[in-house]
Amino acid sequence: MAQFLFVYRRSHDQPALSPEQMQQNIPKWQAWFQELSAKDHLIERGNPLEHGGKLVRGSKKNVTDGPYAEKDLVMGFSLIEARDLDQATVLAAGCPALANEMSVEVRPVIQLRP
Amino acid sequence: MMQPLDHVFRHESGRLVAALTRIFGMHNLQLAEDVTQDALCRALEVWKIQGLPDNPAAWLMSTAKRRALDVLRRERTARTYAPEVARALAEDADPAGAVEAIFGAVQDSELRMMFSCCHPRLAEEVRVALVLHILCGFSVGEIGAAFLTGEEAIKKRIARGKAVLAGSRRLFELTDRDFAERLSSVHRALYLLFNEGYHGASSEYAVRKELCDEAMRLGTLLCDNVLTAVPATFALLALMCLHAARLPARVDAAGDFTMLLEQDRERWDADLIADGQRLMDLSARGNEITAYHAEAAIASVHAAAKSAAETPWATIVSFYDTLMRIRPSPVVALNRALALAQCEGARRGLDEISRIADRDRLADYPFYFAALAELELRAGDPHAAREHFFKARELARSPMERRLLERRLADCTGISINGTRAINCA
Repeated sequence: MAQFLFVYRRSHDQPALSPEQMQQNIPKWQAWFQELSAKDHLIERGNPLEHGGKLVRGSKKNVTDGPYAEKDLVMGFSLIEARDLDQATVLAAGCPALANEMSVEVRPVIQLRP
Repeated sequence: MMQPLDHVFRHESGRLVAALTRIFGMHNLQLAEDVTQDALCRALEVWKIQGLPDNPAAWLMSTAKRRALDVLRRERTARTYAPEVARALAEDADPAGAVEAIFGAVQDSELRMMFSCCHPRLAEEVRVALVLHILCGFSVGEIGAAFLTGEEAIKKRIARGKAVLAGSRRLFELTDRDFAERLSSVHRALYLLFNEGYHGASSEYAVRKELCDEAMRLGTLLCDNVLTAVPATFALLALMCLHAARLPARVDAAGDFTMLLEQDRERWDADLIADGQRLMDLSARGNEITAYHAEAAIASVHAAAKSAAETPWATIVSFYDTLMRIRPSPVVALNRALALAQCEGARRGLDEISRIADRDRLADYPFYFAALAELELRAGDPHAAREHFFKARELARSPMERRLLERRLADCTGISINGTRAINCA
């Protein structure tokens, strides 16, 4: 088995969801996590991230305020276990965030085995 | 049907806006609303991933508290705040104590916000819209749907209301000189809010029920505070309970009406009736009789009667007489005539209707013609009845009313002359 970081991203020009929409999403996310967990894919649900923050860059340690230059904003993350990247991608396709035009980045965690 | 979480959000958003307005000041209502919205969204972000906590309301409140302190510390001098918070800031003290105290008395803020919304410079419809929006967490779209009014009109109503509210720095003080006058405006606004649910335009049972529930929730808040728990408040809440008890039998899931005389009384809510009767007792303490007392008394007689036939109609008529003395209106006169027809016959009812002083004000009221039709039918003139039912159907204000009147129109053909079914608008 391998580990994957799911990074939930939302494009800057995507309007924020209304509380009603967010509320309707809660049961969908819970169902998704439940299914992942039931099939032993869920290592860590992770946490949502504040939209703002600081960016420290380069050897000059320049500090700037978020929002950031990237076109996507990282909204949160989870840690998932899957057989391989293909399976992890299939799991990501079930994420409720996709219905709201968000994206899920699937990043294999490098694990060295002896 | 609504999910329980909806209620948590609706009610908590009202409470939080009220508490935050008390902190930031009435002139910063927009900020209070923004901070509330922000607190709700952050909570939802976390709950989406972590699942719902056992007590979402408590989480929301502490999130809002923290956000309020963030604002006060960050924008310490950028704005003026409510006097007690401003004092804490001026003394260079930490505002946390003041914020904690205000959130500890959140019901107080809610109550004062209710009074603020009933500002004398605002039209009644604006007051009701503000109460629904600020205290009950209804969106502009939801208010528009409940009142069958366009969103733009509601948006304007609320903007007008907020502009007037922004003229004050703080929430209404229950010790102010015009307290008594404001209290009766608050009663009136809650009465109208309840009526919108009970008699109003929406054809959705869930919407109606929710409007009635909100009016009752805010009415209960008035009953729980020593300053506002006067006999008229108890009478108002009594009449709401006694009417709401009939709601399950009055509107079915398809949104179809069943009128009082035809209702299956088994489906009336016994708990609400008991609450109503208990509140009636509490309302009888003073020596003042308000229109709410009279209306509650009428509803209470209906609630106690086992069937339409066993209803003491003469008692009902006498309470309508009282109501006519206190708050006369052609609709009250019409209902009185219908009650009279129950004890003295349909012809007598029709006579009374023809004597209603400002009858022309009923010219657009579908149930005026429906009442004429029912009585003509009972008096043995199905032709006249049909004419009136046609007229009533033309005036119907919602598909639900139209369906009811069409059903009665269909009943007109081949109905027995002595038919006992009747419409009562009460």
